[in-house]
Amino acid sequence: MTAAIEVKAVDKSFGNVGIIRDLNLNVAQGERHAVIGPNGAGKSTTFNLISGHIKPTSGEIRLNGEVISGLRPFEINRRGLSRSFQVTNVFARMTVWENVRCAVLWATGHRYAFWKNVDHLPEVKQRTAQILDDIHLSHRRDVPAGLLTYAEQRELEIGITIASGASVIMLDEPTAGMSHAETDRAVALIRRLTEGRTLVIVEHDMSVVFGLADRISVLVYGNIIASGTPDEIRGNPKVKEAYLGEEVD
Amino acid sequence: MTNPVTTATAATKDESGGTLSFYGIWLIAAVALVVLPLIFSSGGSLTSFSLIGISIIFALSYNILLGQTGLLSFGHAVQYGLGGFLAVHMMNAVASYDWPIPLPVIPLIGGIGGLAFATLVGWVMTKRAGTVFAMISLGIGELVASSSLILRSVFGGESGITTDRTALPHIFGWTFGPQLQVYYLIAFWVMISAIAMYALTRTPLGRICNAVRDNPERVEFIGYDPHVVRYFAYMFAGFFAGIAGGLTAINFEIANSAYLGATQSGLVLFAAFIGGTAYFFGPILGAILVTYLQLGLTNVTSVWQLYFGIIFIGIVMFAPGGIAGILMKHRPLIRARTLGTVIPSYLVAALPTLALVLGIILSIETVARYTASEGEGNVINLVGIPFVATAPTTWAVAVVLVVGGFLIARVTWRRVAEAWDRAATVARDRGYLA
Repeated sequence: MTAAIEVKAVDKSFGNVGIIRDLNLNVAQGERHAVIGPNGAGKSTTFNLISGHIKPTSGEIRLNGEVISGLRPFEINRRGLSRSFQVTNVFARMTVWENVRCAVLWATGHRYAFWKNVDHLPEVKQRTAQILDDIHLSHRRDVPAGLLTYAEQRELEIGITIASGASVIMLDEPTAGMSHAETDRAVALIRRLTEGRTLVIVEHDMSVVFGLADRISVLVYGNIIASGTPDEIRGNPKVKEAYLGEEVD
Repeated sequence: MTNPVTTATAATKDESGGTLSFYGIWLIAAVALVVLPLIFSSGGSLTSFSLIGISIIFALSYNILLGQTGLLSFGHAVQYGLGGFLAVHMMNAVASYDWPIPLPVIPLIGGIGGLAFATLVGWVMTKRAGTVFAMISLGIGELVASSSLILRSVFGGESGITTDRTALPHIFGWTFGPQLQVYYLIAFWVMISAIAMYALTRTPLGRICNAVRDNPERVEFIGYDPHVVRYFAYMFAGFFAGIAGGLTAINFEIANSAYLGATQSGLVLFAAFIGGTAYFFGPILGAILVTYLQLGLTNVTSVWQLYFGIIFIGIVMFAPGGIAGILMKHRPLIRARTLGTVIPSYLVAALPTLALVLGIILSIETVARYTASEGEGNVINLVGIPFVATAPTTWAVAVVLVVGGFLIARVTWRRVAEAWDRAATVARDRGYLA
């Protein structure tokens, strides 16, 4: 079976500064894959490379076997990859309902239609309501996204990301800044909503990583030094030395 | 609320109630447009209504860019003017070749003119939003305005190109000679255009325009190309601006280079912003006010542009949401029935504020008359009281009004803010304010 995401020998440098060096990453279909690493290791850059936010200097990225490196973000999104952002990135002046609905429109085939009433599209309506229900924001549907609490905005962020029904979901630190209770809720949410899809997640909270991920890749200085199951990563001396230290067990 | 069925029924119920009042508003607007000239039937008011109608379409078209898509254009009059020119050429062609095209169709030709130019330049212009777009729009505006003076055969140079609206085939016995018939023609197009532009905001494209306005970066990650979205918005704005231009050409029976220029582009920005870009009806209010002021103030004072500037600065600084923003701010208070607690503080604040405004007007007029050349007259008529611009007493009154008004008004404004906070807290508690 072709890998959901395949990153082959990708380099990314800004000017003379190499941020990502010879990055290789494989994420199998349906796998929950966590990318961890110290601050500045290039985790977010990796996300930006895969999602098309920035273009690799060299190397190749494939999504379900198809080369996507060099494509624009919306082209990659249309091919079934959707990502969230570390810093909340919603449509602040639009309501919660509209935020999610916008994310549903392309996938339901309405595209740039200017001859259809957006309120009279049953499929869009039903799907939006379903997602609002999934992220527990139905009671806040008419509130402008900018007025939500931080935790609610993070949930909306996830809602927008999954709304298109993409097969590959990438979440960039979805629980950053959340309390323990909020984190537990968010993890349960992520686990449920990404059921049957491929998930790539960047996360600092090790309990989240080890509780959620099937496989873990460790990124240090723009290079993946280890990739494996949680147990393998726990036992890997290179990882211990480079990054985890006493944080694990 | 976890039960999707209850959610769905609640939404449907909400919508049917909304639909009724929604059609009600449009119906009232249509009736008002029909009845208006029957109440105010003088030639002057008919002309005013006609101009206001045109500027409503123009301002609404501008808001497709600014309010809906977040594109600040300094050259929106280009599409308006080119629509006007195409309409005039078409009218002349219809008259000389006896084509069976009646006058009411001509604004559509104007719209096609605006659309054609927007389609031509739009793809390059909308590649980037923000400052880049604003600068290019300014450049294109100047480019077209200056070429309109050079390409005499198309634009008629300084004097422009004239036409005769009555020379077109008549329908239902309407010659469109009398201003009243022109007014109804304009009113018809105002209705059609406003409904069409409102409907546009309710389409998938219209919603994504809002998303592009709020966060173009994120739009790329939900499958949309913000460039394409902006291009569509630009074309629609150009189309409706062209309709407005075509109506202007019909109204004045002329198109000239002033239609295309920076002044016209500035006025429409001004109208949309003063009215409030965040709400669909904002630019309508702005267009009414600005056109009315433009027509009214020019008769009263020679420095009317100065007042325009002051109003604009005032709105930008104190009410960036425009008139619509101020009005809509009260909606949660009305729903929570706490508006009554705010109104007394408004009334208290109104008096010193009025004094301040009168003081400013008196100062401006005094300075204007004192420094202006002869022939203006030295007597300023303010709320029925004649003031002599050269008299020290007038200066003293002005200073007292400005300084005293400001000092007292400041205190009362603070009271307004406090009353507001209290009312808003209650509204929030009752769940009408997020």
